Amino acid sequence: MLLALGTAAIVLAVLLWELARSRALRLLRAAGTQLQTALERARSRESAPLGYDPGRERRAEQRARELLRSCVEERDWAMYRDLGFMRVWGGLGGRAHGTDASYAYLIYPHRPIVAYVPQTGALLNEYCVAFPDHSRPYGSARLPDSDDVLAKWMALVADERHLIEQANMHLPGRQVDPERVKRDLARLTRWEREGGIGATDILRAA
Amino acid sequence: MKLLRMKPGHGEILVAEGDVDVQEEERRLIEAFRRELDAGMWAAVPTERRDGRREAELVKSFGEVPRDAERVIFFPRAAGGASRADR
Repeated sequence: MLLALGTAAIVLAVLLWELARSRALRLLRAAGTQLQTALERARSRESAPLGYDPGRERRAEQRARELLRSCVEERDWAMYRDLGFMRVWGGLGGRAHGTDASYAYLIYPHRPIVAYVPQTGALLNEYCVAFPDHSRPYGSARLPDSDDVLAKWMALVADERHLIEQANMHLPGRQVDPERVKRDLARLTRWEREGGIGATDILRAA
Repeated sequence: MKLLRMKPGHGEILVAEGDVDVQEEERRLIEAFRRELDAGMWAAVPTERRDGRREAELVKSFGEVPRDAERVIFFPRAAGGASRADR
């Protein structure tokens, strides 16, 4: 009798775990992401150089945005302006573009480059790469966000293989939350369906 | 031709500017170009194809820069990973 009850309890526990597992994993992952973000914020506060000047950084970012805009196509610029990231089609194994490309990259500022399959949205890899300026002119080696994006874009477009060789490759989810990437891909699809025209363009057109 | 360099806390700065068809100015451009490469920078030339597509070309010497290029952009060479010290 006891044995039967024990077995039933174990089976019940396993069944309940199977039912709750996906939700529990999602909650754990979300908690992990929140913790990581909080830690990153705390670290950046700790490591903020003494000479940090928010006004100067804002002006630097404004210059960097203008430079980025002058180098990439208008549509790519609008994508970055509206969505906060830029897509670059993968070129190794044939320079196909659009839905014909076998893979593409998402470039985020100061985040790893994420490779994915455009047709399915499946994430392939994260390529962790940075462009640290060791001369640290204002105490930090970190380029403005838009300069970081432009550096990644130029290096990818000019010599994709070389940049990928320089990067540390990881499975998806190491630094960039896969759920966030999926949401970004959905936003990108919506944005493209709407013609990639942001509010600024509409105002300009009017 | 303008030689620009990305710089933390500043955005791009003008490293040098000159006309490649004027010998003295070209010499100054070449010197500045070498200085940036020696400082560990990568050099890229933004380009535009006939169909309007924007691209970029990495160059390792001044001789590789197209004579009609308007800008060369220097940026720190890529390093794998974003270490905490780089932030």
